[in-house]
Amino acid sequence: MNRNEGSAPVATTHTPSTASAPAMTSRPRGAGTGTTFTRWLGIVTLASMAAVALFGLVLSPEDVVQGESVRILYVHVGTVWVAYLAFVVTAVSSAAYLWRRTHSLTWDRIAGASAEIGVLFMAVTLLTGSLWGRLSWGTFWVWDARVTTTAFLFITYVGYLAVRGLGGSHEQRARRSAVVALLAVIEIPLVHFSVKLWRSVHQDASVAGRTTDVTLDGLMLFTLLLATVAFTLLYVWYVLHRQRVMTMEDALDDKGLDLALAERRREAATNGVSNGAPSATGEVTN
Amino acid sequence: MAGGATSVWATARLVAAKDLRVERRSRVVVNQVLPFAALVMVLFAFALDADAVLERTAPGLVWLGTIFSLLIVVQRSFAIETADGALDALRVAGVSPPGIFLGKSFALAVQLFVLEVLLVLLAIVLYESELDAAGAVLLVTTLVPATTGLAFVGTLYGGLAAGTRGRETLLPLLLFPVVAPVLIGATRATEAALGAGGAATDEGWPWVGMLVIFAALFGVGGTLAFGPLVEE
Amino acid sequence: MEPAVASSGPVVELDDAVAVLGRFPALAGVTMSVERGEIVLLRGPNGAGKTTLLRLCAGLLPLARGSGSVVGCDLSTQRDTIRSRVGLLGHSNGLYHDLTVRENVQFWGATVGATADEIQASLERMGLAARLSDVAVGRLSAGQKRRTALACLVARRAQLWLLDEPHAGLDAAGRDELDRTLHAAVAAGATVMVASHELERAGGLATRIVDVVGGQAGPPRSDHDGGSL
Repeated sequence: MNRNEGSAPVATTHTPSTASAPAMTSRPRGAGTGTTFTRWLGIVTLASMAAVALFGLVLSPEDVVQGESVRILYVHVGTVWVAYLAFVVTAVSSAAYLWRRTHSLTWDRIAGASAEIGVLFMAVTLLTGSLWGRLSWGTFWVWDARVTTTAFLFITYVGYLAVRGLGGSHEQRARRSAVVALLAVIEIPLVHFSVKLWRSVHQDASVAGRTTDVTLDGLMLFTLLLATVAFTLLYVWYVLHRQRVMTMEDALDDKGLDLALAERRREAATNGVSNGAPSATGEVTN
Repeated sequence: MAGGATSVWATARLVAAKDLRVERRSRVVVNQVLPFAALVMVLFAFALDADAVLERTAPGLVWLGTIFSLLIVVQRSFAIETADGALDALRVAGVSPPGIFLGKSFALAVQLFVLEVLLVLLAIVLYESELDAAGAVLLVTTLVPATTGLAFVGTLYGGLAAGTRGRETLLPLLLFPVVAPVLIGATRATEAALGAGGAATDEGWPWVGMLVIFAALFGVGGTLAFGPLVEE
Repeated sequence: MEPAVASSGPVVELDDAVAVLGRFPALAGVTMSVERGEIVLLRGPNGAGKTTLLRLCAGLLPLARGSGSVVGCDLSTQRDTIRSRVGLLGHSNGLYHDLTVRENVQFWGATVGATADEIQASLERMGLAARLSDVAVGRLSAGQKRRTALACLVARRAQLWLLDEPHAGLDAAGRDELDRTLHAAVAAGATVMVASHELERAGGLATRIVDVVGGQAGPPRSDHDGGSL
């Protein structure tokens, strides 16, 4: 969180008040991505993460069947929930961008920020899931519809981020990526449905019989809910900041355009002197 | 009246006829992509060695070969448009993007269909697959929606990647995850048609339904999305 | 079926138009107005933004700043309509090299519903009706490709012709043909903007010359170094 980097206690006590004034002006209010709200949100997130660690690692009991490995699930379930939430947010924001009445680049930035964080959490989900699978089922990977869909969602949104990085104007980026995000909404259910149908035909590697054995007692259930809340808070905090960073990046691009424009106009001015005034008629040029 | 006089369907017919005529003249798909697909089938045989495995996996190999070839055919389809700035010219001419999408999809589907038939024949010859009458009906019924679906998504993402930096690498990243349902569905249906691994013919029909849904969704989605995707 | 005489206002009207290629402001403020029936020559060194100006007028590039209208349609909101009414001949010809000259002209003519007679007329106009019409475009010389592209433009009946170095690669006969074609197009109600280096050629053709320098054209700016937008 954006605490002022130049505020070591020694410096503040010795710096005359006149010297701190320019430091304040060089970093005007609102230049960072933090606000009072996000600072409080950050503190609450940190606190809830600490609580998840405490409950997940210390206070909650080990599972009767799975033993200590059940603790992975607190992270796994929290991140998978956030990852799917992130992609729903991306899809909804993309639709909001394309819809004429809510057309705004803010929606595009929220979609992008959400997808980035979704991809990150999805990676954690897949990693923790396969580790847990190795411990509980003896295998890193199963061709279960949920697992496969999750992996495809991950790859699809990596592709989405690649489309965002194609360049062009902000509007072009926004339009292209919004359309790709909405196409993913068609794709993902089809992948899920087809894998599910596929595995139901070939019953051999079904996972269903093996997962549902987990009986959660009250404290474990509480830890799971706590983790879900904590990861959601983390997600919201990330998206708010990332979206603001993107706004600043876009503004920087615009600023760069202003500079390039001024540069280009100077070029015209100097050339104009050597070539005769612009819009003169019929004199020698090249 | 400049421009808008031609309907989406007329444009689609025009674009499809143009693409197919270009192929008839240049024979790139016939002379290069078909041999490539056949070569892939032979390479599969080298890699998988045992005859029993090949007979069992033949349907999957047919569709893997199709999807690899799809990538090349899509790139070829848009190379025609970008080689001399025709894609820009189409945009300047105000040619309706849905018309371009449907036209290019149709031409792509025709080429893919020929390719798939060849691959199935190769599987029967090389991998000792067998096809009875009921299986043949199922197989043809599978090919139509599967090919249509592949052509739709190929055109859609090919159009997006055309003219961008790194299109050769972006296209498979976008395309392959999307075609996964076709790979699964068409492979299962073809297994049923060929009786590979002891599959019964009527097991294939639910998959045909899935392929029809896939083609319909991406047909509608692509018609709507193509314009915004190729727009600058 | 001649170009519709839509509006009485200028065919092209740009006010401090800025267009961006990637991050580079290729057009840094163009203010100009073109009336119907004019043949305007855009003059300027390489990299001055002539091509970008033509592409902007064709509705191919979005307007980054400023405002403008082409054939009576707004450049920021009605680019689709603009495109169908203008013809652009850029550095590339927009031809399919595996198809014959006639097939190319037929294809582009058909996008606006041109009849067989009109297509034949377009081919004859550019001297392509005879021997060359059944040759694949890929086997033509650069000048012949150019003439084919022009024939496609004729077949498309554009209201505004945007030509980027149209003389490049054309022999003397081809250049005369081009000049006659442009005059005929103007007589039929079209307007022409030409970017060219070949001033002695294009200068004689033009009714007016506009200098493009450093991405700018138009009356001198009051705030040259301000960049205040």
